[in-house]
Amino acid sequence: MAPNDGNKLNVPAPRNRPGETPEFDNLDIPNAGAVSRPDVMMDPKEMFGYANSLIRVLKMNNKAVGEWDPKLCADDMRKGLYDMMMTRIYDDRMQNMQRVGKMSFYMKSRGEEAVSVAQAMALDDKDMLFPSYRQQGLLISRGRDLLDMMNHCLSNSRDNCKGRQLPIMYSWREGNFFSISGNLGTQFCQAVGWAVASAYKGENALSATWIGEGTTATSDFHHGMTFAAVYNAPVILNVVNNQWAISSFQGIAGGEKSTFAARGVGYGMPGLRVDGNDFLAVYAVTKWAAERARNGGGPTMIEHYTYRADAHSTSDDPSKYRPEDEPKSWPLGDPIERLKQHLIEIGEWSEEKHSRAIEEITALVTRKYKEAESYGTLNSGERPEVSSMFEDVFKEQPEHLRRQRQKLGV
Amino acid sequence: MAKMNMIQAINSAHDVMLEKDSSVVVFGEDVGYFGGVFNATEGLQEKHGIQRVFDTPIAEGGIIALAIGMGVNDLRPVTEIQFSDYIYPAFDQIVSEASRLRYRSGGEYWAPITIRTPCGGGIRGGQTHSQSPEGIFTHVSGIKTIMASNPYDAKGLLISAIEDDDPVVFFEPKRLYNGPFYGDPKQPAQSWENHVKGEVPEGYYTIPIGKAETVRSGSDLTIVTYGTMVHVSLAAAEMSGYDVEVIDLRTLTPLDIDHIASSVCRTGRCIVVHEATKTGGFGAEILSQIQEECFWKLEAPIERVAGWDIPYPHAFEWEYFPGQGRVLDAIKIVMEG
Ligand SMILES: Cc1ncc(C[n+]2csc(CCOP(=O)(O)OP(=O)(O)O)c2C)c(N)n1
Ligand SMILES: [Mg+2]
Repeated sequence: MAPNDGNKLNVPAPRNRPGETPEFDNLDIPNAGAVSRPDVMMDPKEMFGYANSLIRVLKMNNKAVGEWDPKLCADDMRKGLYDMMMTRIYDDRMQNMQRVGKMSFYMKSRGEEAVSVAQAMALDDKDMLFPSYRQQGLLISRGRDLLDMMNHCLSNSRDNCKGRQLPIMYSWREGNFFSISGNLGTQFCQAVGWAVASAYKGENALSATWIGEGTTATSDFHHGMTFAAVYNAPVILNVVNNQWAISSFQGIAGGEKSTFAARGVGYGMPGLRVDGNDFLAVYAVTKWAAERARNGGGPTMIEHYTYRADAHSTSDDPSKYRPEDEPKSWPLGDPIERLKQHLIEIGEWSEEKHSRAIEEITALVTRKYKEAESYGTLNSGERPEVSSMFEDVFKEQPEHLRRQRQKLGV
Repeated sequence: MAKMNMIQAINSAHDVMLEKDSSVVVFGEDVGYFGGVFNATEGLQEKHGIQRVFDTPIAEGGIIALAIGMGVNDLRPVTEIQFSDYIYPAFDQIVSEASRLRYRSGGEYWAPITIRTPCGGGIRGGQTHSQSPEGIFTHVSGIKTIMASNPYDAKGLLISAIEDDDPVVFFEPKRLYNGPFYGDPKQPAQSWENHVKGEVPEGYYTIPIGKAETVRSGSDLTIVTYGTMVHVSLAAAEMSGYDVEVIDLRTLTPLDIDHIASSVCRTGRCIVVHEATKTGGFGAEILSQIQEECFWKLEAPIERVAGWDIPYPHAFEWEYFPGQGRVLDAIKIVMEG
């Protein structure tokens, strides 16, 4: 066939690679307070602008400004700060324990704590959560005992998942927190199903779900969007755009051609784009989406514009694919630092209180961890009963599994 | 000859084929700049260019559909599905499309694609990084299914798979990437360094698809196996005190039944071993074909050693994994009744 020089295969590549200086000057970041807050029942057709802007409340001078300021009381903000700190300190401790062989695997949420903690606070406890593996802040904000979280990660005798699932793939029915899957994206449309059932039953509860920007490429994402729009489901569909999917930058998921929030508009629902490192902004957009859903306005998609400040997991080494100082260069800062400075700015927090809180949380995490270890770790101490591995495959154990268990001699 | 582990051998197969055939393209999640989560494609993008070795969006169905389309337009795609536990979103494209394209179009179109995917347990990966789903694919007409057990075979079979004009699902037991694994996690990890199958030619060579290999000769009984369980079976054979023959299938479909039958008809006893769950596993098919070919020569019922019929349980990896003890028990039953 005749050659055509204009027709070339395009493979997106990130701006900077290891050894280069990270550059973010091309990002179009509006000022805090610049975006208006629409009526919660606004027609999605009129909301395209929100998908292409960025909702921000906290200014770089630490003041909260604009229509989206949720005007939270100081106690609520301190709870948010405390829970984000707890999430980070918990993550650090657990990662260290993975490094010394106490568990097989770990994934931190560093830099993304506002997404889970602010959203959990903005939702009601009866609302059902369908998270991915990077929203441990949801559990912490909803008050799950750290001990139970640790027991799960250690696959020990008190693990509520009975040693069957990888660390961090939590399940917590009591807290309306769905069992996390290792298969990406699978929970997205399930959350829609839960919401549809809530509408069917005429209840007031909604569901919320989270996936990474990389995972928006899965068919599950599109199932979720389509079904949510078709049935006008009371669901909040969160895309956590932390810029990276293991080694692939967001351009590999199509982020260079349009924002992820714009996908929402394409399906006929509001797509809100929010500074994911701005606790107050995340809280405010979640409240907006929840109010809309409870008023019968249906689904909202939220793109949380944030940055994965640490490795993908304990199996990953980001220095192989991105500049080492890229996390520090992220222009939207760190969520904990920003809320902390805001609280200090308004006279509701101080460096001393902050240091004391770190000490307090660290001591708590250490104490809880010691107790958790006394119930066993992956490689030593107590474990769930071996015979239990043949249970829960079905509600009742069929004969062939009973025989296999006997063959194993347990 | 060079010393290579399984990753290096697989990398080398890609490299050789990218060099030899400009229609070869390599893609999958994280395979480009990063070189894959297991480093199987490391350095290939730098050497062969971003248009020939590249990252894909996270959509396994999209990856295989893309490969089919590219294959129909003269290219020879080599894809990586990051873990075989994540192959299911691609199931429809493999089972309904790639496998039947040639047939349904009366031979007008076909899918010359290779689907590489790490499988198997033994790395504490829990239920989503440990599965052995080969039996789901062997059940489908029109797909070739391979599982290599060592670096030498992996390279030669992968080159054959890439050159093959039919779709091939190429399973790589990840526990074997860095060395043979004999089934005892308490023993120190082995490397391929001192293993004959760690001797790998640097250039082009092939191992034919559809040919099994006898990796240990014996006259008392035949173990038919593949993947990680080849090494576990060899270790058990060594310990058993019997003269055990071990056959590494290498290709599951099309199955080299003649090779298996000639061994089992000679020894009269057989055990089929795989890591995958037992019920409906590929072992059932092997066993059934042996029965068809060798029934009158059998001196004992054929035994099966397989994973329990449960999801792969994270904390009970070694109670789940069919290790040496379970193979030895089966040897005892087959030999002593
Ligand atoms: C179906 C499926 N394919 C591939 C994987 C392997 N995998 C695990 S995490 C990940 C990257 C996900 O990136 P993103 O969606 O951006 O989420 P993040 O890790 O950034 O939170 C991949 C490819 C998987 N778990 N499931
Ligand atoms: Mg991501």
